[in-house]
Amino acid sequence: MQHRKCYAAPAKALARLKAGLTNKFTAIPAARRDPASFINPKNPPPLPPARISTTHTTLMTSRPAQILKGQHLLSIEPLSPQEITPLLDLAETYVVQGRRAYKRQPLLKGRTQINLFFESSTRTQGSFEIAGHRLGADVLNMAANTSSLSKGETVMDTAMTLNAMHPDILVVRHHASGAVELLAQKVGCAVINAGDGQHEHPTQALLDALTIRRNKGRLEGLTIAICGDVLHSRVARSNIILLQKMNARVRVIAPSTLLPSAIGNLGVEVFRDMREGLEGADVVMMLRLQLERMNGAFVPSAREYYRFFGLDEQKLKYAKSDALVMHPGPMNRGVEIDSAVADGVQSVIREQVEMGVALRMAVLDALSRNLPQEQN
Amino acid sequence: MRRLFLNAHLLDHANGLNAKGGVLVDDSRIVAVGPQVTNANASPGVAVTDCKGHILTPGFIDMRVFTGEPGNEHRETLASASLAAAAGGVTTMIVMPDTAPVIDDAAIVDYILRRARDTAIVRVAPMAAITKKLAGEQMSEIGLLKEAGAVAITDGRHSVANARMFRRALDYAKDYNMLVVQHVEEPTLATGVMNSGEIATRLGLGGIPAAAEVIMLERDIRLVEMTGAKYHAAQISCRASLEVIRRAKAQGLPVSCGVSVNHLVLNENDIGAYRTFFKLSPPLRTEADRIAMGEGLADGSIDVIVSSHDPQNPDTKRLPFAEAAFGAVGLETMLAAALRLHHAGTVPMARIIDALTAAPARILGLEQGRLAPGAPADLAIINPDHSWLVAEDKLSSRSKNSPFEHTTLEGRVMETVVAGRTVFAYHP
Repeated sequence: MQHRKCYAAPAKALARLKAGLTNKFTAIPAARRDPASFINPKNPPPLPPARISTTHTTLMTSRPAQILKGQHLLSIEPLSPQEITPLLDLAETYVVQGRRAYKRQPLLKGRTQINLFFESSTRTQGSFEIAGHRLGADVLNMAANTSSLSKGETVMDTAMTLNAMHPDILVVRHHASGAVELLAQKVGCAVINAGDGQHEHPTQALLDALTIRRNKGRLEGLTIAICGDVLHSRVARSNIILLQKMNARVRVIAPSTLLPSAIGNLGVEVFRDMREGLEGADVVMMLRLQLERMNGAFVPSAREYYRFFGLDEQKLKYAKSDALVMHPGPMNRGVEIDSAVADGVQSVIREQVEMGVALRMAVLDALSRNLPQEQN
Repeated sequence: MRRLFLNAHLLDHANGLNAKGGVLVDDSRIVAVGPQVTNANASPGVAVTDCKGHILTPGFIDMRVFTGEPGNEHRETLASASLAAAAGGVTTMIVMPDTAPVIDDAAIVDYILRRARDTAIVRVAPMAAITKKLAGEQMSEIGLLKEAGAVAITDGRHSVANARMFRRALDYAKDYNMLVVQHVEEPTLATGVMNSGEIATRLGLGGIPAAAEVIMLERDIRLVEMTGAKYHAAQISCRASLEVIRRAKAQGLPVSCGVSVNHLVLNENDIGAYRTFFKLSPPLRTEADRIAMGEGLADGSIDVIVSSHDPQNPDTKRLPFAEAAFGAVGLETMLAAALRLHHAGTVPMARIIDALTAAPARILGLEQGRLAPGAPADLAIINPDHSWLVAEDKLSSRSKNSPFEHTTLEGRVMETVVAGRTVFAYHP
């Protein structure tokens, strides 16, 4: 792993900070801990905040290293392994931080993050919100049903309205493929795609990769089976692209009605039978099947789907004995996954949620490094 | 007024003209044409135009033009469309019935013709609806529509999906010798927004399989076989459709078809990152299909080239791809885009001009589209090697949704003449 350049406070001071002690003789000014002091114009802007590294601490004066090349994170497609690996490494440090009692590290203090969700979401929005708070950003949630989005305003108008409020980071989910990219063309801040239609969901793929890497120690050479509604899944698309970039072998398993046309051209092996597709797999990634798609439209019934494509203990036996079981959530127990498997020893589904927060902190951190900085 | 066009390269495939010469026009009609028309025909009172060796062809007839009049004048009026047409050498626009209200009534045909007479600078002829309100359920008054001046019937952007309905329309239209034009697409299969395949999968967009077009075309051909009515597929877009057309023609059925210039020179890759100006109906297909369209045009299996001019404004185009409207403007760029095939050596110039002039005139039974004594003096003077940049602010159409924006095209209409009068002259 490449060592990150970082700002570091003296170890003693950090220990006091973590212990909640205040001491006017320590090097940490109150302004760093008290957001209210920022509002007072007489108070000068604070020094760059302390950056905590779990790997090492050195005093550095330069800006932290750039991780992502682009201004936005709109899809996995343009990322290189040289961006993905350091991003996952950075996320690891936030996993450690997230397990501490004191979880905040106000790198984004003074920054405004708006979560703009045109499509309802609980966990992704919550995950981004917590990630933003832990980094000290001012986080605002806007949901479709509470804003003008439900009054016929177009995506572009909403984008321009929000842009006028000078956010630093926009986290956007939209039900149409490409909508987030369209919006990103019209705003000046960093945009994170939190899922656009059936196109991509980059942070989900990244957090999945992080979860796999932590459990398997690597991504390269692993066989990963993605099972279920690939046709409608942005999670599947982002994962297929990312895992192949990291030299994993990707399989998709689904009935033909739930496979997009020419899916084989994306470089994956295609299976219509769970037993064949799971044979020798290191990771089994299940996808959600939405209720409206299992009543004869795409598959005849939930019952039939569960029989042939639901992951139960018996089908899981075809995969490697130490295979991981994953699901992006929310799960339909008894439709695509059996409770015994979802809650079993091979399941890392809850860990995925934890990794979600850490990974999103890493993304916010990485993108904020590319934002214009305050000139002194 | 008499006009004399000299020093031209006359090109009219239908009349076997491909030679240096001139055209003499008296008032609105051609009185003489050919190598024998020279300076000797000049006399006092005759206005002389030097064509500088450029190509002189009949004015183009565009069989598929959507305007916004009546109902959506903010997108395009007959007047603004006619400016774009004139700039593209189109002297006859066949306008589609997809207006608000729909052209499904003789009074609206009459309205279009009168508005065109009063405001448009090129000829306008409407196609009327096959079914009332384009709903595909009840036949419109085909006889009365023809009497009022409709040149053919079509449901425009819609297919008549109901086979029984379409069979009756063909049967009935035949009695009035009315051409039936169909947008060939099975609507229940064409629920996506772009060509089905790898690119649609990567972009996460719903796909429209080529089979949606082929199924409808094959069904229609069976019904033509049954009824003997004159049938024209408005646009085809894939190789399989071309083969269906070839078989039908080999059988001797009264079938013809068109292709939009977009499908001759663009493919699905041009959509790139969700560029909605490339969202067309039928969708842009694969490169193999595009090549097939060129082959079909070259050998005459595909009869006509259309612009499929469909003005859309930012309200309908500056949206996420799936929510944006289909369609692109094209009157002004049709010739220049089509000439790419000539420059690439895939389709001879004479065939391209034929597909824009004599072929649509023959299919619709119009007297335009030829360089012959007695024919209307609708002319286009073309410099096939003049390159120009398609700039949004220079387009005459009221809507700017051109897939060729910021593109340099080679080939330019230098002057357009309708009924003996110059309606457009190019000033670079």
